Amino acid sequence: MGEDLDSQSQTIDLVLDSTLESVDKAERAALDLARESGFGEEDLDRIGMSVRECMVNAVVHGNRYNSHKKVHLSLSRTPERFTVRVADQGEGFNPDELPDPLAGDNLLRHSGRGIFLMKAFMDDLQVRSLGPAGTEVTLVKNVGAEK
Amino acid sequence: MSVKLITRQVGDVTVVDVAGRITLGEGSSALRDALRDLVKENHKNILLNLKEVNYIDSSGIGELVSAFTTITNQGGHLKLLGLTHRVKDLLQITKLYTVFDVHEDEAHAVRSFA
Repeated sequence: MGEDLDSQSQTIDLVLDSTLESVDKAERAALDLARESGFGEEDLDRIGMSVRECMVNAVVHGNRYNSHKKVHLSLSRTPERFTVRVADQGEGFNPDELPDPLAGDNLLRHSGRGIFLMKAFMDDLQVRSLGPAGTEVTLVKNVGAEK
Repeated sequence: MSVKLITRQVGDVTVVDVAGRITLGEGSSALRDALRDLVKENHKNILLNLKEVNYIDSSGIGELVSAFTTITNQGGHLKLLGLTHRVKDLLQITKLYTVFDVHEDEAHAVRSFA
């Protein structure tokens, strides 16, 4: 873990195993840091859930619970925004090709709501390929902008 | 244990009291197993009491939807009782709130199966 700490900004980097315990750990770490940004309870709920969904995607769909693959989690806060980066070592995905979970035929599907919820709860979501094996998802929540 | 489930019978309705977190892993598995057992035992009217559910993720939502579909396809009914603000918010965002029959009062919910 590395910390760059001053009164206004902070960054935390974690390398996590591809397990569900890592999902809980990431959510707790994100909430601890987001709380310091002054977010209200509703925003904290939404940030926590977005980090959970993002980590689940990385652990389950990206790394497929592979014990040799890691998830890199970077959390940073500035006076303007709270940023989460989750990088896995999986095959990647194109968010534009995911089915719309609100469409009639998809409404009662068992899965496929994770990215949709992240987009609904955060101010920005970007997906970046990290080459042959790996995908990085960046989530941003602006400080002081209720969504 | 992330979630606790207690099943009780109120007339013709099977009420499942759920407490805790329904998230990927233990929570969603426990809910899936409990509802699957009820379906196997031919329970047709199931009321899921979510008053004590303080957290649900997309996996938990998936379990609710799957259970709803399975039970409905077998001629049964799955209804929800006592959604917390958080759960209600999620069901509204995912457009599932109007798919489920949602109740605030248990007696009223039980009568609605008649």
